[in-house]
Amino acid sequence: MDDFYRDYILDHYRHPRNFGRLERVDAHAEDINPLCGDQIRMELELDDGVVKDIRFSGKGCAISQASASMLTERVKGMKLADVAKLSKDAVLEDVGIGISPTRMKCAMLGLRVLKSAAIGELAGWPDEE
Amino acid sequence: MITVDGKTERIIADFPILARPTSRGKRLVYLDSAATSQKPRSVIQALVDYYEQYNANIHRGVYEIAARATDEYEHARVKLAHFIGAETNEIVWVRNTTEAVNLVAYSWGSANVRAGDAILLTELEHHSDLVPWQLLAERTGAELRFIPVDDRGRFILDDLDALLDGCKLVACAHVSNTLGTILPLDIVIPRAHAAGAVVLVDGAQAAPHLPVDVKALDADFYTFSGHKMLAPTGIGVLYGKHALLEAMPPFFSGGDMIRKVGYASTTFAQPPRRFEAGTSNIADAIAYGVAVEYLQEVGMDWVREHERGLTGYALRRLAEFEPRGLAIYGPRDPAAISGVISFNLADVHAHDLASILDTEGICVRAGHHCTMPLMEKMGWSATARASFYLYNTEADVDVLCAGIEKAARVFGI
Repeated sequence: MDDFYRDYILDHYRHPRNFGRLERVDAHAEDINPLCGDQIRMELELDDGVVKDIRFSGKGCAISQASASMLTERVKGMKLADVAKLSKDAVLEDVGIGISPTRMKCAMLGLRVLKSAAIGELAGWPDEE
Repeated sequence: MITVDGKTERIIADFPILARPTSRGKRLVYLDSAATSQKPRSVIQALVDYYEQYNANIHRGVYEIAARATDEYEHARVKLAHFIGAETNEIVWVRNTTEAVNLVAYSWGSANVRAGDAILLTELEHHSDLVPWQLLAERTGAELRFIPVDDRGRFILDDLDALLDGCKLVACAHVSNTLGTILPLDIVIPRAHAAGAVVLVDGAQAAPHLPVDVKALDADFYTFSGHKMLAPTGIGVLYGKHALLEAMPPFFSGGDMIRKVGYASTTFAQPPRRFEAGTSNIADAIAYGVAVEYLQEVGMDWVREHERGLTGYALRRLAEFEPRGLAIYGPRDPAAISGVISFNLADVHAHDLASILDTEGICVRAGHHCTMPLMEKMGWSATARASFYLYNTEADVDVLCAGIEKAARVFGI
């Protein structure tokens, strides 16, 4: 587990990419990991079914924040329908191997939130805001 | 060079798990006793003995092993009563502290708390001594108030009498599970009684670590769990003054808590059995008796002194990291806290710190410690928490500090 904290993970933790809020939000979701309190919010700007821009915000451990940061880089320009189908392998590919089972929930929080936003938008659930 | 005194060495040898290396071949450095304690061989053996030699239901059977099970179970109640200075009929078996608090909130609370009454808690309460009172307040229209703490988690008692005005109940932790702060019950309880309030003390973090005498404290209710004090999970105690228990309606109902049952109505047993519906946690109660016997043999004054010395040493060692951004929360005076220290290392999240410590065999807790309102008030999203018990040593603290050094290296601090 200690060799999981590689330089690029710490770099994404300390300098998260696409961090903040969007002016125009077409889809969004947020969630917390109730066990540890990690929080992630994802906001998406869409253009003809494609992720034109994305921001995430939140707080938590290096694993949850770095994996969310890397995820935002991966999905920019991707079709929303493909975002909805992302599997956890995508996250594991980004962050590398070595996450212990007890921390898998941290690594997957960003993916869960992003997919909620994508699936919710595709299914057309009423916006709560 | 650190030497462990002979007594601590003998205590460590009584805990089989402490001799078992982790999967990485590290010595297990267990610093999470505030979550649950390890168990000595005699407690584990008591469970085996019950199941191998006299497993039978209690209070009913006329045959030999049923009589022995009943005797051992009731004898454990006597041991627990002695441990906290109570009468035997004031010890109600419950699953844990949470169940004890819920029992009082539903049984005593519903019968005594009315709209407009106040319930006084503290800002340090564990969720288990907060949520049941929130629900009681919702059911009855009562008002919740809180004894405030300062930015180090020390109690501010200046407005205590005003807070107690109109109070039916005070429910407070004897020791904070997050910061270790010891509540001065010698001040709070007499003033609560003078204001006409009943006092429930959540002793989950105190009974394992401090000498507790409920009669000297004059607590009306005192609640604690076995698993934090060398006993198995699933067994705990509600102490209540007998007159209070006697006036309380049942919480759970069913078998074993009755005097006479008809098709239409039932008269109930006297306390404590009125509150012990159904087949009890027999083996764990018996093992609990063995656990408190073990603690009494060691001596609770010794446990307190041992932990106070260790906490002082840990505070000094951790302070060496302060120039590199280590923050220690909670009071810095080992006499004001039980063996609990919450801390964070610079911008390293507590979960990451705990994960790195885990690679060195070190068990600490990370998170909100079931005190989310306190964390929010203080502006902490999560802290790492090291907690000590009778089997910990200064060598454990040194391993912790080496682990923190490793985390600092990994994070480039």
